[in-house]
Amino acid sequence: MIIISGIKRNFSDTAVMSGRMMRHTFRSIDTLITVVAMPIMMLLLFVYVFGGAMNTGSIDYINFLVPGIVLFTIASGVAYTAVRLNNDVTAGIFDRFYSMPISKSSILGGHVLNSVVFNMFSVILVLLVALLIGFRPEAGLAEWLIVIGIVLLFTLAMTWVAVTFGLLANSSEGAGVFAYPMLALLFISSAFVPTESMPGIVRAFAEHQPMTPLIEAVRSLLMNEPVGNNALIAVIWCVGILIAFYIAAMQIYKCKAA
Amino acid sequence: MIKTDTAISVIGLEKSFKNVKVLQNINFTVRKGSIFALLGSNGAGKTTTIKILSTLIKPDQGSAQVCGFDVVRQPHQVREEISLTGQNAAVDGVLTGRENLRLIGKLRHLPDTNKKADALLERFDLLEAADRRVATYSGGMRRRLDLSMSLLGTPSVVFLDEPTTGLDPQSRITMWKIIKDLAHSGVTVFLTTQYLDEADQLADQIFILDKGKIVAEGTASELKKLLPHGHIELRFRNEKEVQTAHNLLGDYKVSLDGENQALIVTTDGSIKQMTDILNRLQNAGLSVAEFAQKLPTLEDVFLTIIGENQGKEYVK
Ligand SMILES: Nc1ncnc2c1ncn2[C@@H]1O[C@H](COP(=O)(O)OP(=O)(O)O)[C@@H](O)[C@H]1O
Ligand SMILES: [Mg+2]
Repeated sequence: MIIISGIKRNFSDTAVMSGRMMRHTFRSIDTLITVVAMPIMMLLLFVYVFGGAMNTGSIDYINFLVPGIVLFTIASGVAYTAVRLNNDVTAGIFDRFYSMPISKSSILGGHVLNSVVFNMFSVILVLLVALLIGFRPEAGLAEWLIVIGIVLLFTLAMTWVAVTFGLLANSSEGAGVFAYPMLALLFISSAFVPTESMPGIVRAFAEHQPMTPLIEAVRSLLMNEPVGNNALIAVIWCVGILIAFYIAAMQIYKCKAA
Repeated sequence: MIKTDTAISVIGLEKSFKNVKVLQNINFTVRKGSIFALLGSNGAGKTTTIKILSTLIKPDQGSAQVCGFDVVRQPHQVREEISLTGQNAAVDGVLTGRENLRLIGKLRHLPDTNKKADALLERFDLLEAADRRVATYSGGMRRRLDLSMSLLGTPSVVFLDEPTTGLDPQSRITMWKIIKDLAHSGVTVFLTTQYLDEADQLADQIFILDKGKIVAEGTASELKKLLPHGHIELRFRNEKEVQTAHNLLGDYKVSLDGENQALIVTTDGSIKQMTDILNRLQNAGLSVAEFAQKLPTLEDVFLTIIGENQGKEYVK
């Protein structure tokens, strides 16, 4: 794939490209507000307003809630990756890059790297707020490392979904639309309420879609409880989505360029 | 065979989009250091030609070489030699002008990007706005920045796709001067335009493209000989005068513009005919309120040349 000559050039081009996207991200206040403030509001709303009515058994509601909020942060954050990428495609700066002697993978790579870094930044901010209002994880170093790995993998998978839609859409308004089904999947999962409380058919769906094993795995790891095979299922889902959308995006990218 | 003074050579280029033939049997060569203009109206295939030459899309048939490199087989070498300034200013609105230039410099791995960026900002009169976001720039400033970004890597061939479309007259003249200076410094300029006067002002060689085919080629003066004769517009103060004048000039090809109380007279552009017309009017005691010589437009050129072409096809 990219492991031909010019790996060094590839890295430096990708770094320059993602530096550009970082400027984009941190210069638009509305992105920061939407991507960071929205999940924090959700967190506060669920903990202080709905939390009292939630029955999550032995686990404190805030500890139950945080993994879902983390995924929410990422699923809404990648919508901006799609929008920015789409802006580049429709505004013609892609043609300029494409006619330059730079590594082709750096053009998408810059967006991908920026997406990962920015979403990790948002997740850390959200976690800090959670800690402030009583989130108390019991994970050791090993569990934390696995959590970080899973979250990174999820971010990467979601980013390639975003890249696909960013390349496909005819306008930047359309580019971010895929985020809504992602968020819907989160709401019909064990992110906010235990699946046991759901009626039969909804529960069956909730337990067999990718978000639930992800959340269950992260939750168990953070609370230092037995993970079962949730972590494995979560990783398989993420890798599957990642590969499928990577291939789709590259295919579309090649068509756009040729 | 490629001669050493050839910058671009195109042989038998064809391109279709979903069975619609967009380019058909295009052939031309561009001399190093010259300005080449591809003249054509909207949808003629200008952008498609530029995209093929700048390696963005592949031709269906035929070959194209830029600086001796084949655009299909050696795209990377071609990209080292060229710069593309697309139809839409390809600048980053969120970054400042200076940051835009530095971005391109870093991607081209230039040794002293910052110094070169500053020099270009000065040369293109953008120093004052250098640290403002490009989103706040005027159309002319965007085009100048766009072009300066293209020049950062000191390319030997520059592609300019409609560099002055949408610019105000002042910015247009500035852009013309920049393009001329560029060619003087030895860069080969390949530009597309919809304006005959632009091609006339700038180009050493003009090719007229219509519906994907080259319909005429030559220097500006060669092409002008193909143009229809010029016409003049005579405006009068009232209907009656227009009518009298119409009768007086009956042996010319005259059309009436009743709404504006004006006559449009086709001439061969000679002083002799012009004097004759004005003399006749004066002798009849008619005074012309307004007199204007109309230059042939690109539309006229197309109509003549394409009309001839269709005629030929008809004969065949
Ligand atoms: N990607 C494409 N898919 C289908 N048709 C296209 C595409 N690009 C251009 N065309 C068509 O090809 C013709 C020539 O387009 P273009 O080269 O952009 O013309 P110009 O730049 O001279 O205005 C037009 O009819 C246009 O609609
Ligand atoms: Mg065009």
